[in-house]
Amino acid sequence: MGRYILKRLLQNIPILVGITIISFVIIHLAPGSPIGLTMDPKVSPKIIEQMEKNYDLDKPLHIQYGLWIKKLFTGQLYSFKDGRPVTNKIAERLPATILLNVVAMAIIFSLAIPLGVFSAARRYSALDNLSTFLAYTGISMPSFWLAYLLILGTVTLFGYPVLGIKSFGLGQVSPLAAFMDRLWHLMLPATVLAVSGIAAISRYARSSMLEVIEQDYIRTARAKGLSEDDVYYRHALRNALLPIATIFGFLVPSLIGGSVIIETVFAWPGIGRLAYQAVLARDYSVVMTILTISSALTLAGNLVADVLYALVDPRIRYGG
Amino acid sequence: MRAAWGCEVVGLLRIKRILLAIPALLALLLGSTLFFVSVRAQPGLNQLTISSIGDASFLNPVLAQDSASSEVNGLVFNGLLKYDRDLKKLVGDLAENWEVRAGEYPQITFHLRHGVRWHDGAPFTADDVVFTYERIMDPKTNTVRRSDFELVQSCEVLDPYTVRVTYKEPFSPGLETWGIGIIPAHLLRGQDINTAAFNSHPVGTGPFRFNHWMSDERIVLDANPDYWEGRPHLERIVIRIIPETSLSEIELLTGGIDYYGIEPHQYARLSADHSLEVFEQPSLGYSYIGWNLKNPLFQDVRVRRALAMAVNREEIVRYVLYGLGRVATGPFPYHMWYANPNVRPLPHDVEGARRLLAEAGWKPGPDGILTKDGQRFSFSLITNSGNDLRRDVGVLVQRQLAQIGIEVKLELYEWSVFLKDFIMPRHFDATILGWSLGVDPDCYSIFHSSQIKDGFNVTGYSNPEADALMVAGRREYDREARKEIYWRLNEVIANDQPYCFLFVPESTAALRRRFALLETADGRKRLVPITISKAGLMYDIVKWKVVRSPELTP
Repeated sequence: MGRYILKRLLQNIPILVGITIISFVIIHLAPGSPIGLTMDPKVSPKIIEQMEKNYDLDKPLHIQYGLWIKKLFTGQLYSFKDGRPVTNKIAERLPATILLNVVAMAIIFSLAIPLGVFSAARRYSALDNLSTFLAYTGISMPSFWLAYLLILGTVTLFGYPVLGIKSFGLGQVSPLAAFMDRLWHLMLPATVLAVSGIAAISRYARSSMLEVIEQDYIRTARAKGLSEDDVYYRHALRNALLPIATIFGFLVPSLIGGSVIIETVFAWPGIGRLAYQAVLARDYSVVMTILTISSALTLAGNLVADVLYALVDPRIRYGG
Repeated sequence: MRAAWGCEVVGLLRIKRILLAIPALLALLLGSTLFFVSVRAQPGLNQLTISSIGDASFLNPVLAQDSASSEVNGLVFNGLLKYDRDLKKLVGDLAENWEVRAGEYPQITFHLRHGVRWHDGAPFTADDVVFTYERIMDPKTNTVRRSDFELVQSCEVLDPYTVRVTYKEPFSPGLETWGIGIIPAHLLRGQDINTAAFNSHPVGTGPFRFNHWMSDERIVLDANPDYWEGRPHLERIVIRIIPETSLSEIELLTGGIDYYGIEPHQYARLSADHSLEVFEQPSLGYSYIGWNLKNPLFQDVRVRRALAMAVNREEIVRYVLYGLGRVATGPFPYHMWYANPNVRPLPHDVEGARRLLAEAGWKPGPDGILTKDGQRFSFSLITNSGNDLRRDVGVLVQRQLAQIGIEVKLELYEWSVFLKDFIMPRHFDATILGWSLGVDPDCYSIFHSSQIKDGFNVTGYSNPEADALMVAGRREYDREARKEIYWRLNEVIANDQPYCFLFVPESTAALRRRFALLETADGRKRLVPITISKAGLMYDIVKWKVVRSPELTP
């Protein structure tokens, strides 16, 4: 297993380099530039030219790529927008995004699996039909729209602010109150972020459960005279959850992508918003670094999914 | 083996219950947070909270370009000069007074205020002024402000409180550029200004001191007790970054912010709220449709006039701006001293437009579209996407021009594509754009014919009389003489219609009713309601004070 993981890690390095090269080229091919994006009649074009030179933007693309790699590893990479080190900018945003995603993930799994399992157990019942309906609503609903509805609803119903990572003006309060305040602010964005995940995973759980129930060993279990609950929750569930473990790995990148909208709508100070603004401002150094991090996470997510699969299913063994 | 089996029995029998319990527990935990937020204390009282749509970039006036940074820098730093509240004349800020010696090489001598200290206690001197100037002029400094100072020949210290600036040629708009925030030499000397930590931890001379900045969340400023104009009455100003104006409205209503610049569609709704006070003030800028004069369609001035007469600008103001604006008469906002009050906007006159077009040879063709020498009057009108206001203007213009037989194709492009592929290479027929202007009337970079090639004269406007007037306006220091020049320029440009001048929008803002100005007159203190002036609502921020609402009622 260890050898397998090591091999996969090594394989991922050229993939990651390839991803960075392709994204670097794409970003630079997109029109625009990090500077001179304003139409200020008081700024002469000569000044913009000089600034482009200062930022090495006049150099050929492969040289710029080399400079980017060099600066990335020597910690000399600065944002075009505010001249701050890119690593600092990302590091101060990362906790907020991780927190949001972990909570969203917790909501997804704690709701989706029971929902899928119960609706499979009572196929075509009212509960199943309702969950099917809700799942399709959840998948097709634009998340920013749902977010606005929830914000407006919460604010008119309770009258407490919901934006940001914590209540504005929250001074010295007990750790419990601070924790609860954080949770209050997490609730809406995490829910919105989780909606499509819940919808998708509950469908997966349901269909994978239904597939397992058709198997011979389930018929055997029933023939043994086991109760329906025993058949479902003891024999079928374990096998049905196997594919869900893989999905977990694939969910990681989609959550990071999904947070771009959610973080903007909820004024959440996370990576997604930073990336979105950086793209609009053509802040190449920030965009590239975030892209590299999220591709690395995606690759890691795939690896974790494969490893998890082997761990939960003893039949699967990876060769060294 | 036994242990595993035991676990399994306990686990499996209860899995059904666990599956049910987890969502229930989660809901309970999230629900209980409501109790905690409901008992939370209100935010600190003696402070002003503003919302900003974008985060600041450089808290350094030399490097900043965006409005969020400028707003903070305006509170933390001072320039040598600033405009008075009516934007009529310059008054001293860090300079107590100054003299201009006109001539072929004009000289400005600034006499600096004594006893001003940086927020870290170091004294402010002439050295800081020259340092700021040198940083701006250094080609390594990534500042766009260098264009403002290119005609400066030298900037030298005469004594610790006197600075002399010599210009290469007369350049009166140069005076206001000394309103740029002065940065401290003792903290920045020998550092790379582009990446200095100072840019996110500024030290200035202004009424408010930098406290902290949490990226994309808030910037907190505290009152400067040693401010030379006296300590501000507010303890603290917080700039919260809220990325959507509709969210700002929610925050305003729940008390999370006190003030923000509202959109026209929110104006009526928020005016009805008694806990809020809503302000409006004509802004320093205008929107227009620029006709590319290289295109033969637009070369005849009769055609340009006809187009302007066919565009119902009143209707645009009414429906797009909700009435919060006024039809523009020319290149100057109507409320400024250099706008000629005798120039009226072209009337909305569809019949007149038809007549003018017929005079210019445009006759309705078989499909109802005007035609001349076999060419149909059809063009594309472009603007940037993401600006709903401009899009709506485009839709209205498209419909209005269709009425006189002109086909308009409206196209939207992402801002950087729009700028780099269409506007700067002059690759367009007509465009909807707007200018945000400074206070000085100088519009050389927008309308002078030397700026056609790679400047901001994007429509290619060229008129020798206008050129001469713009040059004369730059060389003249006398206010009255300049007024005459710009009044004439206003007439010439309005006559030539290189643009269809659309409107000067009102800038609007909502403020919670808990502030007043504390004025001191004849040794007596009294509270005065806050009013908006041409220089904006926050002009007297030092005098702002939080009051309980009964004190506010007149």
